[in-house]
Amino acid sequence: MLEQQIDITDEAQETLSMHPQKFAMWLFITSIVMLFAAFTSAYIVRQAEGNWLYFELPNLFWTNSAILIISSATMHWAVLSARKDNLSMLKIAISITTVLGLTFLVMQVWAWQELVVNGVFFAGSESNPSGSFLYVITGMHGVHIVSGVVFLLIALYSVFTYKIHSKNMTRLEMCATFWHFLDILWLYLFGFLLLNH
Amino acid sequence: MATETNLTQGVSLDHHHDDHGHEHHEESFISKYIFSEDHKMIAKQFLITGIIWAFFGGAMSVIFRLQLGFPDMELSFLKPFLGHWLDSAGKLDPNYYLALVTMHGTIMVFFVLTAGLSGTFSNFLIPLQIGARDMASGFMNMLSYWFFFAASVVMFSSLFLETGPAMGGWVVYPPLSALPEAVPGSGAGMTYWLISMALFIISTLLGGINYITTVINMRTKGLSFSRLPLTIWAFFLTAIIGLLSFPVLFAAALLLIFDRSFGTSFYLSEIYMNGEALHNQGGSAILYQHLFWFLGHPEVYIVLLPALGITSEIIATNSRKPIFGYRAMIGSMIGIAILSFIVWAHHMFVTGMNPFLGSIFMFLTLIIAVPSAVKAFNYITTLWRGNIIFTPAMLFSIGLVSVFISGGVTGIILGNNALDIQLHDTYFVVAHFHIVMGSASFFGFMAGVYHWFPKMYGRMMDEKLGYIHFWLTFVGIYLVFFPMHYIGIAGFPRRYYSHTSFDAFSTFTDLNMFISAAAIVTFLGQAIFAFNFVWSIFRGRRAPENPWNSNTLEWTTPVSPGHGNWPGKIPHVYRWAYDYSKPNADKDGFGDFIPQNVPLSKTPHSNLEHENEIMNEQHVEDDLKINDHK
Repeated sequence: MLEQQIDITDEAQETLSMHPQKFAMWLFITSIVMLFAAFTSAYIVRQAEGNWLYFELPNLFWTNSAILIISSATMHWAVLSARKDNLSMLKIAISITTVLGLTFLVMQVWAWQELVVNGVFFAGSESNPSGSFLYVITGMHGVHIVSGVVFLLIALYSVFTYKIHSKNMTRLEMCATFWHFLDILWLYLFGFLLLNH
Repeated sequence: MATETNLTQGVSLDHHHDDHGHEHHEESFISKYIFSEDHKMIAKQFLITGIIWAFFGGAMSVIFRLQLGFPDMELSFLKPFLGHWLDSAGKLDPNYYLALVTMHGTIMVFFVLTAGLSGTFSNFLIPLQIGARDMASGFMNMLSYWFFFAASVVMFSSLFLETGPAMGGWVVYPPLSALPEAVPGSGAGMTYWLISMALFIISTLLGGINYITTVINMRTKGLSFSRLPLTIWAFFLTAIIGLLSFPVLFAAALLLIFDRSFGTSFYLSEIYMNGEALHNQGGSAILYQHLFWFLGHPEVYIVLLPALGITSEIIATNSRKPIFGYRAMIGSMIGIAILSFIVWAHHMFVTGMNPFLGSIFMFLTLIIAVPSAVKAFNYITTLWRGNIIFTPAMLFSIGLVSVFISGGVTGIILGNNALDIQLHDTYFVVAHFHIVMGSASFFGFMAGVYHWFPKMYGRMMDEKLGYIHFWLTFVGIYLVFFPMHYIGIAGFPRRYYSHTSFDAFSTFTDLNMFISAAAIVTFLGQAIFAFNFVWSIFRGRRAPENPWNSNTLEWTTPVSPGHGNWPGKIPHVYRWAYDYSKPNADKDGFGDFIPQNVPLSKTPHSNLEHENEIMNEQHVEDDLKINDHK
């Protein structure tokens, strides 16, 4: 009896813990941050060495920023609807977000075309690292947007097969975290390019 | 699943997990040995791949040491292995000499000491020592190994290319690596190298994300950060460093790929090739070095920290003493991890860097001596008056302390930006990093294999062969690398095919021969380990549950733990991992060690004052809880 009592009273303490998948998602985001930190700091280091072509950023970047901000808002709307189990609203919100994500990608390609027309090239004898950097930075962000859209499509599929609701939010919440992150990342990159182009 | 079990603290859920988990279904050969999601099997996959790579990397170094030590030697007997890498006179082709040096570096740094060391022991020990059933994501863990395997296949196949593998040194500086015309290996070989490294980086990131998530989220009840074994602290910090630095290497490699294959000019500018000007304008080769060394320097600690963690554990266990300065050990590891990110430019003192900036980087570099010295002193003070048991693992750990000190001291010399002008790119540098990074990590690796082999394979390795292996290796590496300091101070540049055309160097011909002979003997000594390892897997003496009388949780599992690690409940943790030779433990019925899963209430005589306080606090809390329930 005494032995038993001691075992009960001598209980070990709980350790801190979070949702492992969500936590892993944040770590993944950290590594993406480091990737773009490398690109933007390389940009600054290279710019400081001179022989740098200055040019205007495409105006489409402003429109695209607006598209991403709106998509973040609709993403948040989707999460709120899911929490309230408002599934029809959730379907509309997640669909709009996905379409906006795809629109952003198409518009980025148009922005690149605008750059080429203005004589800013990625490679070749007429290119300058300043232009190449612009393509690499926006291109790598685009690659991540593609992965974000794939994630959105997975979430979209789960929504339409009724796998996401207020009791099962993990996938949608992770998708939202990633999408908001890509949005903020774009705003950082755009702001960075505005200040340093 | 395991988190749920941890959180719900109920026995019933534990049983539930085990029932449907692993006992009732037979795993097929493929899911058990090949695409396994069990962290222990993945660890063994990393281990064996790492060991195979180590032999390839070692053999390469023996071949180029033959060239350096015996420049007139006829190597035709190696024709079956080297093929067209030898010319018609039986001499090593200078280009392929460079290929051997490059591949030796790449293989050893990334495939052996990063994937082989960290991949093996992080995977094996994290769940076992923190009391988890597996990693946070077994699937990601499996992917991590197979990305590493794919990287290995690509790198290995580059050896068989007509134009040879990458030849620009393991750092692959542009423009040498960026222009296929520069050296044969900068053609297809370099492309393979970049693809392989991209796969490798993905593998490391997948592994690292898993390690960090597992350590933070899946510790068993009672295992607070201040009770974690130092091994776990080391793996945890290593994974964080990797997560922050490998993406930067990825960025550097990506820009290099664009320069090589798409005609951009990130790293290239104003280059004439065979009298013709290349179109590239405005690039900066120094930019690559900044990006590369931002990974490259933390990489040193990615390689070294796991070895230091393993050593802490083994030295405490086999000295039968608590580790000296547990918190100082953690503090110094965190210090090293932070400092590792702000010293990268000490690799670039002679790139025309502003001397004032150079002196800042020198200052930051020399600060690393402080946490490193704290660690060295703590190892020695742990050994001091300990009841030392000289197992092979212990010998390798003590060997690590020795090489860590003798290699660390030359680091202080090299970190000085004035002295570096003389010593840069000489054999002094080669000697320094082979002792402090190469040998120290290798010793940690070997110590870990000897120590945890019983848990991995349920059998013991042969001790006598282990002793012979240790002494050959320990004496061998000093005989190889110590003389290199002298030839480095004399001015021998590294990476040169031959030094015979310089009169000034002819006095060192004997020393170079001596180094090469020592290298061959040391390499052959590793065959003893290979034999011991393979033989013991099948024929070794059966291991008891806790062969080293150790405190950590992995020794509370069955001799050969199944998938899920503990057949019943996961043990809880009530104390730190270093209760060795605790006073009065015999009155509580324990020998010279009290495992982490023994409650404080079971050891009233040996509890220290603060431990009694912890216990009393819990009594009060639990009494309140019991009253609440009533």
